[in-house]
Amino acid sequence: MMGHVPLSWFLTLSAVLFSLGVAGFIFRRNIITMFMSIELILNAVNLTFITFAYQRQQVAGHLFAFFVMVVAAAEAAVGLAIILTVFKNRGTLNIDDLDSMKN
Amino acid sequence: MQLWLIPILPLAGFLINGLFGRRFSKGLVNTFAIGGVVLAFLWVLKTLFGLGGMNAVYTEHYFTWIQSGALTVGFDFSVDRLTAVMLLVVTGVGSLIHIYAIGYMAHEGGYYRFFAFLNLFMFFMLTLVLAANYLVLFVGWEGVGLCSYLLIGFYFDKKFATDAGNKAFIVNRIGDFGFSLAMFLIFRQFGSLDFAHVFAQAPAAPVGLLTLIGVLLMFGACGKSAQIPLYVWLPDAMAGPTPVSALIHAATMVTAGVYMTARSWVIYTHAPIAMDVIAYIGIATALVAATIGLAQNDIKKVFAYSTVSQLGYMFVGVGCGAFSAGIYHLMTHAFFKALLFLGAGAVIHSLSGEQDMRRMGGLRDKIPWTFGVMACASLAIAGFPLTSGAMSKEAILLAANHHAPWIYWVGVFTAGMTAFYVFRALFMTFFGKYRGEAHPHESPPVMIVPLVILALLSLGGGFIKVPDFLRSVFPAVEAPESGALTAVAIAAGLLGIALAYLMYVYKPGLPDAVANGAKGLYTLVYNKYFVDEIYDAAVVTPLVEGSRVVLWKGVDAGLIDGAVNGIGARAKGIGQVLRLAQSGNTRSYATWVAFGSVLLIFLMAVLGGLR
Repeated sequence: MMGHVPLSWFLTLSAVLFSLGVAGFIFRRNIITMFMSIELILNAVNLTFITFAYQRQQVAGHLFAFFVMVVAAAEAAVGLAIILTVFKNRGTLNIDDLDSMKN
Repeated sequence: MQLWLIPILPLAGFLINGLFGRRFSKGLVNTFAIGGVVLAFLWVLKTLFGLGGMNAVYTEHYFTWIQSGALTVGFDFSVDRLTAVMLLVVTGVGSLIHIYAIGYMAHEGGYYRFFAFLNLFMFFMLTLVLAANYLVLFVGWEGVGLCSYLLIGFYFDKKFATDAGNKAFIVNRIGDFGFSLAMFLIFRQFGSLDFAHVFAQAPAAPVGLLTLIGVLLMFGACGKSAQIPLYVWLPDAMAGPTPVSALIHAATMVTAGVYMTARSWVIYTHAPIAMDVIAYIGIATALVAATIGLAQNDIKKVFAYSTVSQLGYMFVGVGCGAFSAGIYHLMTHAFFKALLFLGAGAVIHSLSGEQDMRRMGGLRDKIPWTFGVMACASLAIAGFPLTSGAMSKEAILLAANHHAPWIYWVGVFTAGMTAFYVFRALFMTFFGKYRGEAHPHESPPVMIVPLVILALLSLGGGFIKVPDFLRSVFPAVEAPESGALTAVAIAAGLLGIALAYLMYVYKPGLPDAVANGAKGLYTLVYNKYFVDEIYDAAVVTPLVEGSRVVLWKGVDAGLIDGAVNGIGARAKGIGQVLRLAQSGNTRSYATWVAFGSVLLIFLMAVLGGLR
């Protein structure tokens, strides 16, 4: 299958996903949405890793992808816990309201 | 011979009284304070008897104090005949004054503190005298200065006393600067500070350098021994308790300069110009201080200027090469001037603190013992024949005549004035009618006994022939005995006494007439030639103002504070700008990160990082 689909398609898809993630992270105000955007960014990067690993027939790219998944899972656990606590304490998930470090 | 015991005994007294004296009874304080000094005196006697003839210098090395490069300074004590004389004077007169102080200080606060400081002084003075090199001598030199400061300012709740202490300390610092420079030069030239080492090499050193060293050492001696131009601190130092004036500012500490000069005689004999300078300064000080003494009304001020004047005589002796005569006068002066001060203290004590002679008078019958011993001391300082003061003063004057006759004649004139002002004080205090309101009472025996001993020494101390004893230490000065010159000096003294009798007993109205007749001169002398005011205007005010305007307002507030505050203000300004980037808004941070990444990628592309 890979032989018929050019490399650039995979990379383009990855770039589109990455840009969507970044845009989502910047423009959405809900923390959970931003959190999902981060997952999108990570998966876009994962796709790039896999693509190059397949093209060059090397296992290092796969390994990187697994590491990213592990980190993403851990991050999801910690991040969601933080979000829960924030919501309990502040009663809001709007990122623009969470600026108590300023002032 | 355990020389170290001599200074350690008073130090032990200082430590015990200084640390625990607050809880002690007065008797216990006395035991440790007097005990330390008297034991030191006894140990000096034992040591000197044990050493016998002392024809060679006896040195004890305790430990190497400083070892740095070429500099090696040992903590060494040594004894020769000069040291022996000084040890006996310091511990002997010191013991008597300590005993006297029991009575004098009986009703004063800070009793233990007083004796602790007095003992500390004895420790440093003995260290100074015993030192076998210049640096250990300097330790004692600075230490006695410290104790002088502490004891002048003993009544620390009185502003004039603390001011006087500061003045003494600061003026002495000026002299010590010269002393330090002299030590640096000595080390540079001789590579050592040990007396034995330096004096062995000194004859071969260049004369110019020796003269410079001699003059710088003399500058230090001028500070410590209150000579022109640094004598101004001594009269003010009378703010301290009277035993302090007697012990430190008459008998021992102020003679340290003379001792140090005599100790360095090898340097001076090879630097004749430096010796001349010493003689000139000495005679000028003797004359000027004596004239000021003529017109003072505070009994202690009279004796203070008298001390300055007599120290001038010692400088004349040393400067004319008659080192042993200088030390001779140092010893006799310790006797009669200590007695004069202690007697004045007894008078002040009996009048409940009155020091102004215009409010005394007629005390002869009321305090006869005090009168008797004061009269002995006055005769001695006035040069009455066969008293101690007459003999030592003659020795100096004969040497001065041999050196330069004009110094002799100025000295004789000064001797006449000395006799006049001392007997003026005696007559104003003890003759005529009593002019005060206090109820005079005789001092307790604990004060009278030391006075009587000192009176006997003042009269007969001249028969302790110090010049003969020191003949092996110093080079001989062939000053021919001259009956005529001796007679002239004695006549000057008797004339001064007669004049004082005429003016203050026979015709009491005469002094006022004289003062009115020569009003300008009297004002000048009464105000001590305005030297304090001149120093104030010429040195102190420019220094204080310079410090305030240039150093404080200019350098400290302007430059240093300005630099620090400027750096702070710049950092704050930059922070003002940078804080705008730190909005606290997470999404704006994310935007910055995104822009940053894009910029980085762009730059890498432009610079060829991407291929």
